[in-house]
Amino acid sequence: MQKITKEQLTEKAVSLLRDGTVTHVLGWSAGEFDYDITPAVFSDEASLRKSFVWNDFCGANFSKYLVSKTRGIEGKLLVFLKPCDTYSFNQLLTEHRFDREKVYAIGIPCEGMADIDKVKAICGDGISSVNCDGEKLLVQSIYEDAPISVSPSDVLAERCVNCKSKKHVAYDELMGEDGDVLDSARFDEVSRIEAMSPDERFLFWQNELSRCIRCNACRDACPACTCEVCVFNNPRSGVENKSPANNFEEQMFHIIRAFHVAGRCTDCGECSRVCPQNIPLHLLNRKFIKEMNECYGEYQAGETVGSKSPLTDYTLEDLEPGEVFDRGDINA
Amino acid sequence: MQVKEYKPLIVAFCCNWCSYAGADLAGNNRLNYPAEVKIIRVPCSCRVNPMFILRAFQRGADGVILCGCHPGDCHYTSGNYFTRRRMAMLFSMLDFLGIERERTRVEWVSAAEGAKFAATMTEFAEQVAALGENKRLEDLRCKK
Repeated sequence: MQKITKEQLTEKAVSLLRDGTVTHVLGWSAGEFDYDITPAVFSDEASLRKSFVWNDFCGANFSKYLVSKTRGIEGKLLVFLKPCDTYSFNQLLTEHRFDREKVYAIGIPCEGMADIDKVKAICGDGISSVNCDGEKLLVQSIYEDAPISVSPSDVLAERCVNCKSKKHVAYDELMGEDGDVLDSARFDEVSRIEAMSPDERFLFWQNELSRCIRCNACRDACPACTCEVCVFNNPRSGVENKSPANNFEEQMFHIIRAFHVAGRCTDCGECSRVCPQNIPLHLLNRKFIKEMNECYGEYQAGETVGSKSPLTDYTLEDLEPGEVFDRGDINA
Repeated sequence: MQVKEYKPLIVAFCCNWCSYAGADLAGNNRLNYPAEVKIIRVPCSCRVNPMFILRAFQRGADGVILCGCHPGDCHYTSGNYFTRRRMAMLFSMLDFLGIERERTRVEWVSAAEGAKFAATMTEFAEQVAALGENKRLEDLRCKK
């Protein structure tokens, strides 16, 4: 598949701005480093040409930004959507979270995004610049004279290694070719944890969740978490802030957050991408997806607009909670 | 020094129309069930947000049981069917995180089943007592 370039995207955005189809463009701009790309809204050609960026670190799922960025603007907002973003796009439309009329969506192909932690694991710290223009990533470190060449496939983010789909499920216009839904091994890690004994599982999650600093980044980045007021902002709950203990204290936040998005989570992997502590939060969501697929039939949130999630539906023959435990009991 | 005997704290969410009436019947019939079972009346088992259950554990419950009308008998037609899916998912998540699965249960108890209510509570209390105190889900910030 032909890789799409920054110039192609900029030209497209500029031409749409010029002919008045859109008045604003939601895109990426450079952050402090080459690898911390920040979403930004552009409204004129000059700023687009100056600051628009597209490279292997443009991982942010733009669908959630549509909720706030389409408010209070005249005209349409242009948004570039990777395949996994289009699922969230549909899911948000299902939930009536933004006005479809205010959005002009362009589907762009994605070959997987790079994970800076994996780059650092290869090249070490002190990365001063990353050049993503060629076939390989050229990583310049302050400790080396020559840039280190890294293959993008070696530094793929976890969610892209197990990419579920290269197919766009929603767009007004498509750039490049559309891909297919993939048969990924995304539930393997969940199965591996399920096969552990309960005590091992507890230790595994205690180790992971005890690192949580309750920065709420997972919630803020999650395209399924779009409540205007969140229950975890309640100062009287006792669990609003990080506890001084370093135990399993933030379990409720993570269980409830996973439950809150269960059936609506499109498995885009934003939660794990933004986690500063590298907690594999997507595993909690995948556990729910796996369970619901097994108990209530295959369901992919966001595949179509208006689909009904398994948790807002029922049949008379559903399994009892006790039976769900016993079903092919792996720990018996 | 006398060592205080360990009694588990059990929170039972009972739906107003069936299980709460079932508990009432158990009382009227002079059937015993453990005093450490604390009943919270809810309009329907479907009213129970998964957060209620985790909150009970956070604040020191050792076991949580949710009782509702038998499937098909819900006062609001379909509430308990939603409960069934929700709790199946929540409990399997707790299991995934390594919380003992014996600490949580869903039981369908009708208004005529006073004996079942008493027997279920007795059995559940024994089951939880055998596990001991809930250490995995408690949250010291929330305990009074």
